[in-house]
Amino acid sequence: MSRLLDLTAVQLGRKIKEREVGVEEGVKACLDQIEKLEPALHAFVTIDKEGALRQAAMVQKQIDQGDLKGPLAGVPVAVKDNLCTEGLLTTCSSKILYNFVPTYSAEAVVRLKEAGAVILGKTNMDEFAMGSTTETSAYGATTNPWNTDHVPGGSSGGSCAAVAAEECFYALGSDTGGSIRQPSSFCGVTGIKPTYGTVSRYGLIAYGSSLDQIGPIAKDVTDCVAILETIASCDRKDSTSFPRKDLDFTSALVDDVKGLRIGIPKDYFGEGLEEEVKEAVLLGARMLKEKGAAVEEFDLSLVEYAIPAYYVIASAEASSNLSRFDGVKYGLRAKEYEGLHNLYKKSRSEGFGPEVKRRIMLGSFVLSSGYYDAYYLKALRTKALIKKAFDKAFERYDVILGPAAPSTAPRLGQSLGDPLKMYLGDIYTVSVNLAGLPAMTVPCGKDKKGLPIGLQLISDCFQEKKMIQAGYAFEQTRRYEGPEIARERGKINEQTV
Amino acid sequence: MKGLKLPEKGVRSMSRQYETVIGLEVHVELATRTKIFCGCSTEFGGAPNAHTCPVCTGMPGSLPVLNKQVVEYALAVGVATNCVINQYCRFDRKNYFYPDNPQNYQISQLYLPICHDGWVEIETGAGKKKVGIHEIHMEEDAGKLIHDEWEDCSLVDYNRSGVPLIEIVSEPDMRSAQEVIAYLEKLRLIIQYLGASDCKLQEGSMRADVNLSVREVGAEKFGTRTEMKNLNSFKAIARAIEGERKRQIELLEEGRTVIQETRRWDDNKEASHAMRSKEDAQDYRYFPDPDLTPVMISDQWIQAVKDRQPEMRTEKIARYQKEFQIPLYDAELLTSFKEMADMFEDVVALCKRPKEVSNWLMVEAMRLLKEREQEPGDMAFSPEHLAKLIQMVESKRINRTVAKSVFEEIFFHDVEPEAYVEEKGLKAVSDEGILRNVVEEIVAANPQSVEDYHNGKERAMGFLVGQTMRAMKGKADPALVNEIVREILNR
Amino acid sequence: MANTISDETIEYVGILAKLELSSEEKEAAKKDMGRMLDYIDMLNQLDTSGVEPMSHVFTRNNVFREDIVTNGDDRENMLKNAPDCKEGAFKVPKTVE
Repeated sequence: MSRLLDLTAVQLGRKIKEREVGVEEGVKACLDQIEKLEPALHAFVTIDKEGALRQAAMVQKQIDQGDLKGPLAGVPVAVKDNLCTEGLLTTCSSKILYNFVPTYSAEAVVRLKEAGAVILGKTNMDEFAMGSTTETSAYGATTNPWNTDHVPGGSSGGSCAAVAAEECFYALGSDTGGSIRQPSSFCGVTGIKPTYGTVSRYGLIAYGSSLDQIGPIAKDVTDCVAILETIASCDRKDSTSFPRKDLDFTSALVDDVKGLRIGIPKDYFGEGLEEEVKEAVLLGARMLKEKGAAVEEFDLSLVEYAIPAYYVIASAEASSNLSRFDGVKYGLRAKEYEGLHNLYKKSRSEGFGPEVKRRIMLGSFVLSSGYYDAYYLKALRTKALIKKAFDKAFERYDVILGPAAPSTAPRLGQSLGDPLKMYLGDIYTVSVNLAGLPAMTVPCGKDKKGLPIGLQLISDCFQEKKMIQAGYAFEQTRRYEGPEIARERGKINEQTV
Repeated sequence: MKGLKLPEKGVRSMSRQYETVIGLEVHVELATRTKIFCGCSTEFGGAPNAHTCPVCTGMPGSLPVLNKQVVEYALAVGVATNCVINQYCRFDRKNYFYPDNPQNYQISQLYLPICHDGWVEIETGAGKKKVGIHEIHMEEDAGKLIHDEWEDCSLVDYNRSGVPLIEIVSEPDMRSAQEVIAYLEKLRLIIQYLGASDCKLQEGSMRADVNLSVREVGAEKFGTRTEMKNLNSFKAIARAIEGERKRQIELLEEGRTVIQETRRWDDNKEASHAMRSKEDAQDYRYFPDPDLTPVMISDQWIQAVKDRQPEMRTEKIARYQKEFQIPLYDAELLTSFKEMADMFEDVVALCKRPKEVSNWLMVEAMRLLKEREQEPGDMAFSPEHLAKLIQMVESKRINRTVAKSVFEEIFFHDVEPEAYVEEKGLKAVSDEGILRNVVEEIVAANPQSVEDYHNGKERAMGFLVGQTMRAMKGKADPALVNEIVREILNR
Repeated sequence: MANTISDETIEYVGILAKLELSSEEKEAAKKDMGRMLDYIDMLNQLDTSGVEPMSHVFTRNNVFREDIVTNGDDRENMLKNAPDCKEGAFKVPKTVE
């Protein structure tokens, strides 16, 4: 006997296909859980109860008719609020899009729907994905299901918290500088940031266009692989989406790492890394070694330069990407203004929060006349060197293993006061985005406070299979553990299968 | 431009003599079916925002995808203007806030434009000269702002947003309005021949911004330049150049300096004003657009563009003389507009009378266009109708006088000449019996003229022929009338 | 702090970014930007001479569309989220050049 909500997405999909569980049953279980836990977690910006039930009925019909056969047919999903969903409020957790209802869906969402996914709602995030705690959301912070005094991480904090708390069976997130991997680590779930260009960015409200990538968040590697296979596509609407020949990631789900060469960058284990995180991650490395992987330490180099380069590039792109929010075509328009430029200034100043403004200001500055070469081009040159350093590493290793974040989830309210310090927390994740690499987080333990720790696996561009293989093999060494809250409050009306 | 007073090259003003230095930024709307980054139609007209989608209205999450035909046209123009092709080119974002620009950045090319370092040859009264082309880049057009008088607000229509443009930036090689106009005419001709655009200034499918500075004759350094916008006709360009040249010289003569700025020409007031606002820092923060991938242009691609290049004007002139046996003058005039040359070739193909066709187009068609201040591109009649008209004259079914009036009907209303002539009863009377009776009457009624004729006044015969034509309401075959009158007089 | 951001700079960047900052926000922005730039200046320790700026990670070039009309009249949807519109157009305060 196991609880319905304990199932993974793929397990639920199988039960639905075998008529053991109805689509509506799964959706209702999630909606109940949402109702119980949202007051404490606030993982969602928008909950689409009616829409979800409507979709459930439709999807059930299609399954019954034999039109939907995929592994995710009928499985409820939560979507990060920076992905456009036709007819469903999409705010980017910003006041400036408080009323924006897209008339089109992001390509990744379209693909999920075609596979029979039922969308429960939109998850909370750092405003425009700028932040590492989900506290910059204009609609209030999300809390960590493992300890609601702590943050879930960010920017896909809502998606990761919702998965961990079993408010949904899986979720979509986006990762510009670690926004899937870091909150996955903080919430004890699995998340993949695919190679740049693997999932179409059409309909993803851009933060840093050259870095943004959509990816899956779920309870295990198997789920993430099924989701990734569903959303990956070479989309004609996205010039940067890449035609990939081999998207059969499922074939990498083998519990065998013999001969797999794993490199551990010494520079990821230096000053600033919490001892407990370090131990848990290195223990993970030892497990893989015991399973037959060739594990060794090496010098990756340039690690400290990734953060400044990242913040220059991401802010520059953001300053331009976010200029379309001006109160003319959609979103918030200031009530009182005098003339056009005042309309722009007032709407934007009222609509954007402090962190977004900070990055727009920085981005506008580094692109402005006289600073472009010194800052922007310098950052692009640094990016080239970082990419080269990874190229060199991948000549010797199949997978790079390290922490996803220097610490476990900080307490609420501790991070925003010192932006620079918050940025430094991205040290292990941003270089992956600069180099366009795939990377994933797999849970690997907990600290003394009971907060989860994640293991980050990175592989070369288009080599997701290698990190998936390592991640899956590692996952087999431990049991999935969810936070207490997911079960505790569920006792009242517990459904079993 | 004929009949327009243009300024002299150097102007003596007090003791100093100034030279005007002009460079042009010419925007040309390309003749693609769809916009540069989305599948919306580029068709003119339509209700406001009828030709828009998430991409060209800057909706969140939308992404641009480059229309290949835009690259093809830009390449064709680059090759035809002797440019070097940047075989690795890229798009950049130009960031500025304005409501006609839905993303608040324009996708353009700054760092690696598709073409650079070309030239075209122009000819003015002063002779031939090369004007350098600094670069050609691809970019998107902006939407339209319409002022609403009722509510004192502006309305934004994005139908033109995303229409593909090329911007052709010249070197500061021009020294007079004549040269500027010769350069623009040359560009227009090349681009029309390529089919890359219809280049209509009035409709805005060709727009020129004039960068102008003045300096003392002999000076090496350029003076401070201004950029003049909103020039919708050759006349406006010539007037704006003259106005700005004077304004700058006056400033310098008064010991003041020219400020580098963008000015807007008001052709009604024949004056310009600065377009500056403290809210617009001219700092566009260009950077490579991360949403678009670079364009790589192979040698083969360039060769293919060259191979596809249509016959240009010089080749046409030579061919017309040889193939159609028409004089150089005709060939030059007919080819000065692509549409005129097209019409010529179409009609010739139908009636095989090149010189006749050339005469009709050069004399009658050009006259009617000029009267209406239209351009050959505005000709809307069917080549079949002109060909038929020429055949009707040839077979003497109508005479030339009648034919001229029928041509006007063809030109303006595209009438089918045969049916029209029938309907209006304009057929030439070539029945000798009828004509002979009329001539007899005229001769009888004008004994004085008969006498004059016999006294050696040839003119008298002309008078009698004219009287006969008038009596026939112009429909008689004049050659036949001539013959009959002479015969009767010499009886 | 090596980078001191002047009031003029903040004012100027505000114009570029179309953001109106309160005086407290301005002070905070000066401090934040200065600190951030100090940190970013770390890049100057890195020798990047001869390194091409990398704007795109992958060399996927020549991604084109064919010149075929694929979109019909969808203006109702385009205007659906407009804060203010009139006669099928987006309404803005009077704007003249």
